[in-house]
Amino acid sequence: MNPGCSLLAVVLLVLIALAGVGLGGMDIIFGIVIPYAAFAIFLIGFIYRIVKWAGSPVPFSIPTTCGQQKSLPWVRANNLESPHNTIGLIGRMALEVLLFRSLFRNTKVGLKGMRPIYGGAKWLWLAGLVFHWSFLFIVFRHLRFFFEPIPEPVNILTALDGFFEIGVPELYLTDVAILLAVSYLFLRRVVIPQMRYISLPSDYFPLLLILTVTLSGVLTRYFFKVDLLRVRELSLGWVGFQPTVPKGIGLPFYVHLFLVSVLFAYLPMSKLMHMGGVFLSPTRNLANNSRRRRHINPWNYPVKVHTYKEYEDEFREKMKAAGLPVEKE
Amino acid sequence: METPVEFRPGTWCYSAAPKNLKALGLPNPREWQPTDEDWKLPENWKKIILKGFQDRLLKYRSFRLFLDICVRCGACADKCHFFIGSGDPKNMPVLRAELLRSIYRKYFTTSGKILGKLAGARELTPGVLKEWFYYFYQCTECRRCSVFCPYGIDQAEITMMGRELLTLVGCNINWVLEPAANCFRTGNHLGIQPHGIKDMLDFLAEEVEDRTGVTIQVPINRKGAEILFVAPSGDYFADPGTYTCMGYLMLFHEIGLDYTWSTYASEGGNFGLFTSHEMVKRLNAKIYSEAKRLGVKWILGGECGHMWRVLHQYMDTMNGPADFLQEPISPITGTKFENARSTRMVHITEFTADLIRHNRLRLDPRRNDLLRVTFHDSCNPSRAMGLFEEPRYVIQNVCNHFYEMPENTIREQTFCCGGGAGLGTDENMEMRLRGGFPRAYAVKYVKEKYGVNRVACVCAIDRATLPPLLEYWVPGVGLTGVHELVGNALVMTGEKDRGTDLRGEPLSGAGEA
Repeated sequence: MNPGCSLLAVVLLVLIALAGVGLGGMDIIFGIVIPYAAFAIFLIGFIYRIVKWAGSPVPFSIPTTCGQQKSLPWVRANNLESPHNTIGLIGRMALEVLLFRSLFRNTKVGLKGMRPIYGGAKWLWLAGLVFHWSFLFIVFRHLRFFFEPIPEPVNILTALDGFFEIGVPELYLTDVAILLAVSYLFLRRVVIPQMRYISLPSDYFPLLLILTVTLSGVLTRYFFKVDLLRVRELSLGWVGFQPTVPKGIGLPFYVHLFLVSVLFAYLPMSKLMHMGGVFLSPTRNLANNSRRRRHINPWNYPVKVHTYKEYEDEFREKMKAAGLPVEKE
Repeated sequence: METPVEFRPGTWCYSAAPKNLKALGLPNPREWQPTDEDWKLPENWKKIILKGFQDRLLKYRSFRLFLDICVRCGACADKCHFFIGSGDPKNMPVLRAELLRSIYRKYFTTSGKILGKLAGARELTPGVLKEWFYYFYQCTECRRCSVFCPYGIDQAEITMMGRELLTLVGCNINWVLEPAANCFRTGNHLGIQPHGIKDMLDFLAEEVEDRTGVTIQVPINRKGAEILFVAPSGDYFADPGTYTCMGYLMLFHEIGLDYTWSTYASEGGNFGLFTSHEMVKRLNAKIYSEAKRLGVKWILGGECGHMWRVLHQYMDTMNGPADFLQEPISPITGTKFENARSTRMVHITEFTADLIRHNRLRLDPRRNDLLRVTFHDSCNPSRAMGLFEEPRYVIQNVCNHFYEMPENTIREQTFCCGGGAGLGTDENMEMRLRGGFPRAYAVKYVKEKYGVNRVACVCAIDRATLPPLLEYWVPGVGLTGVHELVGNALVMTGEKDRGTDLRGEPLSGAGEA
């Protein structure tokens, strides 16, 4: 049911784009209005979510320590797994965000008779890493639609991407990589029983959306060979706030554009915000130095305690009989 | 909710007795049990829960963030010992969080309000509360899931919030609240009154004299001592903790430590941690206030797991600043414990490892030769402190036969004993045995491979919950605290011929120092 609903939603979106531009001729709406609106929602929404999280307090220092703490001088502390200073903290966060450290650690458990067996389970890490890095490269590559002249780093990356010079237009390695990775990520949610059990429509939908975005992009570039110069005219028009819609850009492009717009608009309202959230997670972005440096709780308030005086008042006679010192005779 | 919760015997803990709620000023004290149909919730329970939810979303970034950014990647799914032992999908950390998250979506997110079930939202009903009760008291807040989550989403935080919400309407368990109420009144979880504590400590001193021939005094409530020593009550109350306690007494005597126990601060542990954040603060306040009253320089803490989660991550923030104390310096070696500069509380294995490193103890590890030892990393020292090498250093200097359990079951990946966070009670035995299953099998592995016959640990709850677990899954393996091993190996000035270990069992053939 869950994957089905999401698939239906994505198919619907494709049909809307096809109908809107192909049949209705609404290229102004799909070419200018929707992209602007989607980007605005993305920007405002993203900032809103981050501010809402960053604005909430972190009352206690609760990092998850995955390595030796810094204690005695001759004990080798693990500054990346249990950071005791800012450098370690930045290192830990970098390892997490750039190399998916925690996912690399992943294991899976099986039962051999009565005995639990543990083994490495790194496929998820690999697929996740390939997916995210390909995505980054692809977004970066697309910057050539938004700058005139095209910045040199974008050119360099694009050249690297098409390194093997397969086909015309050149086959980009990241396109292959992302298709493989997203397919794996989607299939595991359908094939592995535990994954099927825990996945919601909001888990299948972004995967299917991204898959369709990629497929439509691939179709646009390699198969329908849409005129990219006219696309650039459109995109540079957005950037300069003088949008025009050139005639003759093929339908596949509009499908791609519409799906990308939906993705941008959807992002701030969904779990895709993990992008920003990871930096704010108190179990990862705090140093394990809570006995060395006092962490302040901004809303700390006094509480009702049982004072020594109340304690002694209750037990004084017994304490005296046992020979224990008392405050008040 | 398609699979309603079933309170089968052995899988849940008795509810808290009304007297304990009243002692702590908690709402809705009444007689009830989880197996009742009607939990006698207050009239406006839904409003209370939702308001409590809202308050906590505003007060804790962790709560809001963890509910928002889970991508259901499934990395945490098979990491929880309760899931491995029971196969119950709601014990997968991701789904345990969904129990709260689904309510969060329905009442606090726009997409949840609009899309309802499609967005994974659901209605808050009494059945949901029952589900929360069942599963949040089937999480030992061990944080293992948090190690594997790409964002560090910590089910322990979520369970703590869940239990706080349940407490708002008076649903908690006795095994947590009775110790908490006792601790509030008598300073320790067992409700032992001051003369009782003195009796027990004096008895242990006599036992030490019996084994070693050395007479020791146990200072209690002594003003002007240099160091306040706070241990979990399990250590002076029940075996095998009592042997660990004997180890402390022997060590402190031998090095001539200027220290004192306290009957008012007679508990390092803090079952408030399993109730609510406010309760942690209320129960913990006594340690600093007693240190101030006695005029000590700093505080030494004994072998206890969740005690150190509180001391390391919460105490300074909640009950500090400890400006009436000084930065801890070992009076024996001169080592400055800089990592404890602000909280001014040092872990005993940090202290002892330092002593051993500086050759201040005369040790004869051969006395532990009949023991083939492995070390069980307890949840909180591992994942809320990072205490790995210190206890190992101590063990390896007092034992000749030490073996590690398989890599995926120790250090930051260590498996909980299955009885932490207040779940270590007998009516819950089936879940305890299931939860402890991964840990037990790791012990079984080293028993079969290396002949291990003793598990060492630095946690008092472990010392209470592991013996039945081991008896069931891995008979023939006993349990010890680290300082019991130290006590065995410690060569004391003026001691007699040590024919037995601290338990009165004969030492290996050699026998003499």
